[in-house]
This record gives sequence, structure tokens and C-alpha cells, in this order.
Amino acid sequence: MDVFGSFALLLAFLCAAYAFVGGIAAIVTRHPLLIKSARQAGIATCGLIFVATGSLVYLFFSDSYWVSYVVAHSNRDLATFYKIAALWSGQEGSLLFWSFLLAVYVFSVLLVYRNKNGELMPYVGVVLAGVQIFFLTLNNFVASPFKVLASPGANGALEVFTRADGNGLTPLLQYPEMVIHPPNLYSGYTGFTIPFAFALGALLARYPGEKWIHLTRKWTMIAWCFQTMGILLGAHWAYAVLGWGGYWGWDPVENASLLPWLTGTAFLHSVMMQEKRGMMKVWNVWLVFTTFMLCILGTLLTRSGVVSSVHAFAQSSIGNYFVGFLLLVFAVCFVAYVKNRDYLKSENQLDSMVSRESSFLFNNLILLVSCIAVLSGTLFPVFSEWFSGSRISVGAPFFNKVNIPIGLLLLFLTGVGPLLAWRKTSTESLKRNFGGPLIAGVLAGVVVFALGVHEFFSLVCLILCVFVTTTIGMEFFRGARVIRSRSGASFLASTVDLTMRNTRRYGGYIVHMGMVLIFVGLAGAAFNRDVQKDMQPGSTLQIGGYKLLLQGFDSKAEKNYTSERMIVEVWRDNKPLMMLYPERRFFQTNEQSGTMVAIYSTLREDLYVVYAGQDPETQTPVIHAFLNPLVKWIWLGGLVVVLGTLVTLMPNRRAVLVLAAAPEPTSAQQPQALAPSVALREGHD
Amino acid sequence: MQKQAKFGIGIGIIVVSLGFLAWLGYGESKTYYHTIAELQTLHGKERAHRIRVGGTVERGTIKRFTGRVDFVLDGEGKQLPVTYVGTEPLPDTFVDKSQALVEGSLATNGSFVAEHVQAKCASKYEAAPGGDAKPGSAKASTM
Repeated sequence: MDVFGSFALLLAFLCAAYAFVGGIAAIVTRHPLLIKSARQAGIATCGLIFVATGSLVYLFFSDSYWVSYVVAHSNRDLATFYKIAALWSGQEGSLLFWSFLLAVYVFSVLLVYRNKNGELMPYVGVVLAGVQIFFLTLNNFVASPFKVLASPGANGALEVFTRADGNGLTPLLQYPEMVIHPPNLYSGYTGFTIPFAFALGALLARYPGEKWIHLTRKWTMIAWCFQTMGILLGAHWAYAVLGWGGYWGWDPVENASLLPWLTGTAFLHSVMMQEKRGMMKVWNVWLVFTTFMLCILGTLLTRSGVVSSVHAFAQSSIGNYFVGFLLLVFAVCFVAYVKNRDYLKSENQLDSMVSRESSFLFNNLILLVSCIAVLSGTLFPVFSEWFSGSRISVGAPFFNKVNIPIGLLLLFLTGVGPLLAWRKTSTESLKRNFGGPLIAGVLAGVVVFALGVHEFFSLVCLILCVFVTTTIGMEFFRGARVIRSRSGASFLASTVDLTMRNTRRYGGYIVHMGMVLIFVGLAGAAFNRDVQKDMQPGSTLQIGGYKLLLQGFDSKAEKNYTSERMIVEVWRDNKPLMMLYPERRFFQTNEQSGTMVAIYSTLREDLYVVYAGQDPETQTPVIHAFLNPLVKWIWLGGLVVVLGTLVTLMPNRRAVLVLAAAPEPTSAQQPQALAPSVALREGHD
Repeated sequence: MQKQAKFGIGIGIIVVSLGFLAWLGYGESKTYYHTIAELQTLHGKERAHRIRVGGTVERGTIKRFTGRVDFVLDGEGKQLPVTYVGTEPLPDTFVDKSQALVEGSLATNGSFVAEHVQAKCASKYEAAPGGDAKPGSAKASTM
């Protein structure tokens, strides 16, 4: 199977090379057969990558301990579930996984548009093949996951040998989220390749108008959604597994995942300027280019150890390939831009400071400033070494100082932007749209202040959250009221109807609402508390309104590890509330241990209990307990963001207001008439 | 043109104030990376910086006391005695011969007072190729 897999990878490389060269030839000659063969080579590349990935998965499941990668990341007793995660737990496998996910996207794109956009697709195909060639080069020639173990045999020639068992998967990854977090994040990273390929293709082809934006909007949304989920799942993993009570530490690898998210978010907003007003064309193209390059940079940071991080792999030469690729991508983008920049001429100018355009402009500006701050903070050690000779790093205070005000500004714009009119907003409409929310926000501020929240940023954050929620609520309310007055349906049904009529607009509001919930959760971080105490059975620990009583310990041998649990009874208001079992796990195969945090999570706060080990002198077990307010809102917000994104991806149920003059379908025709015959028009708000 | 100027001023204010905040944060959190050998050559103001230094934990030197943990870091043939005084429990990966990164400052006697200790994250710990670490497979090599 290892030979089969590596052969498939090699063939995939050849097919990608053909798709690239043949594609360029097809663009030059415009020969229909050549265009077709290049496209089919692209599809074959993807198929072969699927086969190779399947082979590696098979090798894990069949416990093939003659393959070096399988030995390093699996063992016989490893749960089946985690044998899938083992696929991306090391360098070689995760690079193959990159290729795999990219292939899923490329395959879908080539198939969906096989008979459409004939002028543009050959260009897109060439760009996609170019990216695939890079990753397949790594998979084949630099970090092959199919290397086998061998030792010199009797006659001096190398012979393959098999180990009895593997080294096992590291404990930190043996956690359910580690099975879903990397695929999500990687799907985000790889997904941005699609809008990149379309943008670069359209620029090279001088493809008329804004069509590439329409074509890629859904793909961008999908990639963005995966990226968002990936970041949040990573944060949740850090929270639930690492046992330090936090979810975000401004670690270089965390930052790397945030960077393309920031520019991707900016792009999703600024394309609307181009669709509506024909503005910011250069900006948009460069935003997509930047987002893609940041995705590559993210992979580079994770894989190379350029910046030391808890996540980074051992220093490896793979970084050089990525840097080379990044430079090449930049050069191609730059040349394409310089040669075709007249094609990106703006059609309009900004009219007023208080307009939709300016809110988008400021939204983009601060997202970009945030991106630059995070990027420079992350790469500071590298740059300071180049320029001054000493390696200097910056920590959380740097990132927080810049990003907290940016976050609040963005939150403010989230509430204001969507309600401003294009071109210019009248004072009258400002009063109508923002009077209520402003009052609600201020009132909420007074209440929250009276309740004891005196921390400045948290207070501002909560005020803004209420303000934004009210603006969004009013939008739904106004729309639903109009529908209700016409149809007489219930309010809930009218709201659903409203949302489905313009999924893009109202789905966007739902995403915004999710972001508000996330900000509520972030505001809680200012009030985190923690207590650490040596605990004998029978002793208690007080944190906030909770009393923790240590009842005892138990120990259990599982298949792959031995677990040692604390049995902790939680009391509140002098009444027993529940039991918690913070746990330590010892993995025999690689002699490592891991923590399992016990969390009692409510909307109000998380009680987070860690079995922190033994006191070094007395050998008494130590409990580290945290009380983290509002954390749950972050995860809930994430769910709402995903839901909202799914809504925006749905087609509008019926055209907005266009149907008024259309003849009523007879009841017999209705089932067919509803879906396909109605022109599906996207709302662009 | 006047509109453009207004936008320019707006953008300027935002960028300058965020830049100022960044500068504040930089001053507050900048940390110098040094090797153990370099530490002995630092002078004057340099010794007062926040410093981050990496090395291998010397076998058998981890001594745990109430409120602090002492150990010795090795690097480039030099030793650095470290006292960890942070509140967070040391990571599970912090053991003899593990690679650790400590952050803190130099004490006057040349030892290092650490507030944070990071041990190389096991998730990305690349075992020697083929897992040579395990007994009985010392001859293993990869093709």
C-alpha cells in the first residue's frame, strides 16, 4: 500500500504538471481539445491525491509498522477515532492533508464550472495546478509520508523491516477536538486558494466586470466559515486540554490562523463596494492575494519553527521551500497586477463620511491594521534579528493593546455599517435607525456598571454588544412586520420568510449576531479568577460562590493510558451541586502525561478545575481552580456564526419584490413553479 | 478634494493612535532572546532586560521547593542555574533532558529568575526518525 500511495502521489505530480503546462498552451492556442485535456488532467490530479491519502489512512488502520510515519504517530492500542487524527499529526501527513483538502476544492471547482465561464476557467485551472504542483513537490520529494523503515541486511543491501508497535500519538492530540479542529482550519487555509485562483485568473484574462466576485463569493464564504470554526475549535482545545485556564495566548501559530481570517473578513466586506459601486477593485484583488499568501505563511509558521512556539515543529528545511513559494506567488501577483492594472480602474469616488462606503472603508482599514500588528508582532523576533542583531519578541500586552480597541471599533461598525445608506446618509435616518439602539446601549451600560462591571474595555464592549444587538433586532423586526401585515403569518414565520427572501443580507446579520455573542464572552476575560491549593482528601477550596470538596482519588487502566482522577464534589449556597473529575492521564507507549480539565459551564461562568500535579515537597495533590465568566458565549457565538454563514449560502427563496407583477401560479403548478422558474436573484446588501 | 482630506485625517487619527498603543505594548512586553553563552557577556542595561533563553534541562537537577522550582539549563556547553517562581504549574512535558524555554530576568548572582517556563510542546515533538528512542530498535533507519 505504501508503494501504491507513493506511486499515486508521483502520478498526481505529473498530472498537475500537465494541467499547468497544457493549460498555458491551451490559453495560448485556444484549442478546445487542449483546454479539455488540461481540465481533465486537473481532475485526475485530484483523484490521485484522494487515492494517496486513502492509502495512508489504510496504512494507519492496518497497523503497518514498517512505514516510518505510521510508526511515529500511531500504536496498536490507539482508538480508531484517533488513527484518523494521526494522519495530520506530523509534518509529512499534514502536508499531504493540505494537498488532499485542496484537491477536494479543486475537484469541485473544475467539475461545477466544467461547461461554464469558458474564457476564465483555463486561467483558473492553471493557477490551481500551480499551487498543487508546489504541494505535490513537497509530498513527493521533500516530506514523503510513505517512507519505510529499513536496515542493512546480510548482504549489505537495505531491507525493509517491521516494528512490533508504533510510538503512539502524543497525548495532547488524543482529544476529540483534535480530530475536527485541524481539518476545519486546513479547510480554511486551503479554501482561500479558490478565490485567489479566480482573482488572479480574472486579472490575467482581463475578464470583464465583477463576475469573478460573484463566482467566488460562495467559495470565500465556505473558506471563511471553516477558518472561523478552525480558530474557535483551536481556542476551545487550548482551553479544555492545556489546562492554563485561557483560550488565546497570542502564540505564533494561533496568530498565523488569525491573519488570513482578518484579511478574508475584510475582503468579504469590501467586495460589496465593488459589486455596488465599482470601487476598490485594486484593493480587493490585493486583499485576495494577501489572504492567500497569509495562508501559505500560516502553514510556513506552523511547519518550520521560524518563530519558536509551543506548536512549532522541530526546525526543518521545509521553511525554505515555503519562503521560495511565497516569493514566487508575490512576484506573479505583482507582475500580473502591473501589466493589467488599467483593467482595475475605479468607477466611483467616496461621497460622504457618513455612508455605507466609508463604513466599509474604515472596517477594512482597521482589519488591516490589526493584521499588520499581529503579523509584525509574530515576526518581530525574525525582523529584529535581521535589523538589530538581537532577537526580540513581544508578548500578550502588545497584541492586546492594539487589538482590543480595534475589536471594539469593529463591533461598533458592525452595528452602524449595515444601516447606513450608500453614498450619503441623512441626519433624519441616522436618528431613526440609531436613536433606539443608542438609548438601549446606554441603559445597559448603567445597569452593568451598577452590577459592578467597572473595567473600562469590558464595559464599553457590553454597551456596544447591546447597541449592535438592538440594531440587528430592529432590522429583523421592521422587515418581519411588513411581511406580517401582508401575509398575516405569525411573527416567527414572517422572520423566517424575511430571512429566506434575502439570505445574504439577513444571514449576514446572523453572522454579526454571532460575533456579538463572541465579544460578550471576550468581555468576561477581564474578570477571570483562579486559586491554587494543595488538597488532601476531605479538604476544601473556595472560589467565588463555589466550594470544592476533595473526596478522594481513583485510578483506572484504559487500553492506551492509565488515568488518575480526583473526585471533587462541588457545593454552591451550602448545597451539593455536582461532581467533577479532573484527570491526569499517563500514556505508556510514549511515557507522556496529559491533563483532562473538568469544566462546569454555565452562561454566567465556567468553573474550571485542573488536577495540577503533586506538590514537589509534600507530594500532596494540587488543584488549580479557575472561575472564568461568560466563556460559554464564545462557543455559542461560534455556532451562530456558522448558522449565519449557512444561511447566506442558501439561495433566496424568491426574488426580492420582483414577483409582485408576475402572474399568480395556479395551484396545480405551484410545486414546480416555486423553485426553478423564479429567477434567483441575490440580494447584495 | 475636501472630502478626500477628511478621510485622510480620519484614517490618520486611527492609524497614529493604534500605532501609539502598539508602541506602548511593545515597551511593556519586549523580551530579548539570548543563548546561555551570551548571557555571561551582557553588560549594564542589557542585564536588566526581560530575557528569554532556551536550553536542555540537565538530568537530575530539577529540585522542587514550596513556591519555587530550581533546575539547570544546558546549552552550548554552558550551564545556567534557573529558579522558577511563577504561579502556573510546570507543564507535563517539563522533565529531565527536555528542551525548555524560560522567560524572566537575570539575578545579580548570575542565576536566572524565570516567571514562565515552556517545555517543548509534545504535540509537535518530532521523535527521532523511525522512533529510534525506543530500546531494541537502535539500528533503525529510514529510507
